[in-house]
Amino acid sequence: MTTTAEVEKPRTDPGSERAPRPRPGRIRRIGLPYLLLLPALVLELLVHLVPMVIGIVMSFKELTQFYIRDWGTAPWSGLDNYKVSVDFDAPVGEALLHSFLVTVGFTLLSVGLCWLIGTAAAIFMQDTFRGRGLLRALFLVPYALPVYAAVITWVFMFQHDNGLVNHVLHDQLHLTDKPSFWLIGDNSFYALLTVSVWKGWPFAFLIVMAGLQNIPGELYEAAALDGAGRWQQIRRITLPSLGAVNQVLLLVLFLWTFNDFNTPFVLFGRAAPEAADLISVHIYQASFVTWNFGTGSAMSVLLLLFLLAVTGVYLAVTSRGRRASHAR
Amino acid sequence: MRADSPMAPPRSFLWSRRIFLTLLTGFVLLPVYVMVSSSLKPLADVTGKFRWLPSGLTIRPYIDIWSTVPLARYFVNSLVVAGAATVCSVVIAVFSAYAVSRYDFRGKRVFTVTVLSTQMFPGILFLLPLFLLYVNIGNTTGIALFGSRGGLILTYLTFSLPFSIWMLIGYFDSVPRDLDEAALVDGCGPLGALFRIVVPAAIPGIVAVAVYAFMTAWGEVLFASVMTNDTTRTLAVGLQGYSTLNDVYWNQIMAASLVVSVPVVAGFLLLQRYLVAGLTAGAVK
Repeated sequence: MTTTAEVEKPRTDPGSERAPRPRPGRIRRIGLPYLLLLPALVLELLVHLVPMVIGIVMSFKELTQFYIRDWGTAPWSGLDNYKVSVDFDAPVGEALLHSFLVTVGFTLLSVGLCWLIGTAAAIFMQDTFRGRGLLRALFLVPYALPVYAAVITWVFMFQHDNGLVNHVLHDQLHLTDKPSFWLIGDNSFYALLTVSVWKGWPFAFLIVMAGLQNIPGELYEAAALDGAGRWQQIRRITLPSLGAVNQVLLLVLFLWTFNDFNTPFVLFGRAAPEAADLISVHIYQASFVTWNFGTGSAMSVLLLLFLLAVTGVYLAVTSRGRRASHAR
Repeated sequence: MRADSPMAPPRSFLWSRRIFLTLLTGFVLLPVYVMVSSSLKPLADVTGKFRWLPSGLTIRPYIDIWSTVPLARYFVNSLVVAGAATVCSVVIAVFSAYAVSRYDFRGKRVFTVTVLSTQMFPGILFLLPLFLLYVNIGNTTGIALFGSRGGLILTYLTFSLPFSIWMLIGYFDSVPRDLDEAALVDGCGPLGALFRIVVPAAIPGIVAVAVYAFMTAWGEVLFASVMTNDTTRTLAVGLQGYSTLNDVYWNQIMAASLVVSVPVVAGFLLLQRYLVAGLTAGAVK
């Protein structure tokens, strides 16, 4: 948490510097800001923080189906749930580790591709050209579509007998000997990745597009006068200027993709194939199939700790990097 | 923008752009085409081999979707839940963002960091505790949160709240303070300054936040799948109902997907200008 607080500094400080310290007349209403924050605070407490604490408590209990009705009476089990989760030689821990590794691989690929496509599209659409507005609207459609409606369309496209993908790859291009299964077996990883990138890149596009508007035009003009071509301008001016935007964008994409439940859940239903067993669905299954909520909670807590650690390290490293490059 | 860039882009740039954007457009539009064309196909077309062109056009799926599953009820549920969550979320976010943007107070950083960090919580972590919490609140106070629209509204509005607050802080920061200080001097209270000066000046940001909140609630699946019952089921869960044992009515599923997408996609495309502007002001700092 301390690292996060440190990193917050550059964002909030300019604001309070710009504002003069509150004059005596305004201090009179000292309680007002708290009053204004109250609704948000109460709701965040009720829906996020209190359940999170309950979840942590649950992870130390033997909360099986017998105790669901009155979970307070479930016996304490110490660290048993955690031991089961991280015992990688036993089936439960092994499956969790596998799911974790799949999720890491999937997330890195998906975030990388989303960022690449989004950035390329935003840079290519910086100039005005005919049809640019229409194209921009089209590109935002995957982001605007409700997840389930979009993913269910992909489910149809990935069908073995009547789907578009097999029709094109097998019937029309003859690339495969026989129609492949996309939603079960090893291919399901690529199916999931495709859908995730299709769904996720417009957000990167949107953010990078917004970031590009903050780059002063004089920079490009100066570079052009110095004889820098378009590709050089992109490499020397555009990409470095996006540093601050990318710092936040990559983190947000990472967290969203890592925690994504909706896409795999709609794509595969409750039983995700092993090759595409993302951690959220895995924990959901582990909780609701075995009705062992204690272990499920322990897994969730481990997941949260991992995300906290990654976020902390990421922010510390990238902020130091950015400060260093600013100092130069 | 770069329209007045002194150097015309080289040929290699133009061709890369043409090829890249063409491929990307194909990728983006493929599922959209499948959705639209399949929704107009007779059942035989979607149970047999995939066809690029329908053997005949029919609007039958659009009629049948309403009777195969109670789609109208799901639609109303989604509309009520997403609408109420949006309104509440925006109002609460406006208050919070105003406090953070305009006041210095103890715990300001703790507040922003805590609220933002809820974004990284895996939903699965608080799904079950929240479920237990709602059931317990219902048992002790009689307020039915579990299985009701109210519980879902409450849950969804907190999903969009952190991002909304964050975006609005940036937006409010860009509204010159002199304006609301002038209003304060003129005798408006702080709330008067908020609603007469800051909010009108930040309308694009507020619209963007509202669009975001509505989309979040309209598309959520995980909590909807656990926290609703037959009467409160939303579209996110209800849409699964078109698969029967013998046949999957893919043409109806596509028609229903299209129908439930139209309100959000249309709204989003109409208001996307504001969303981009809002992001420019808020998220990108």
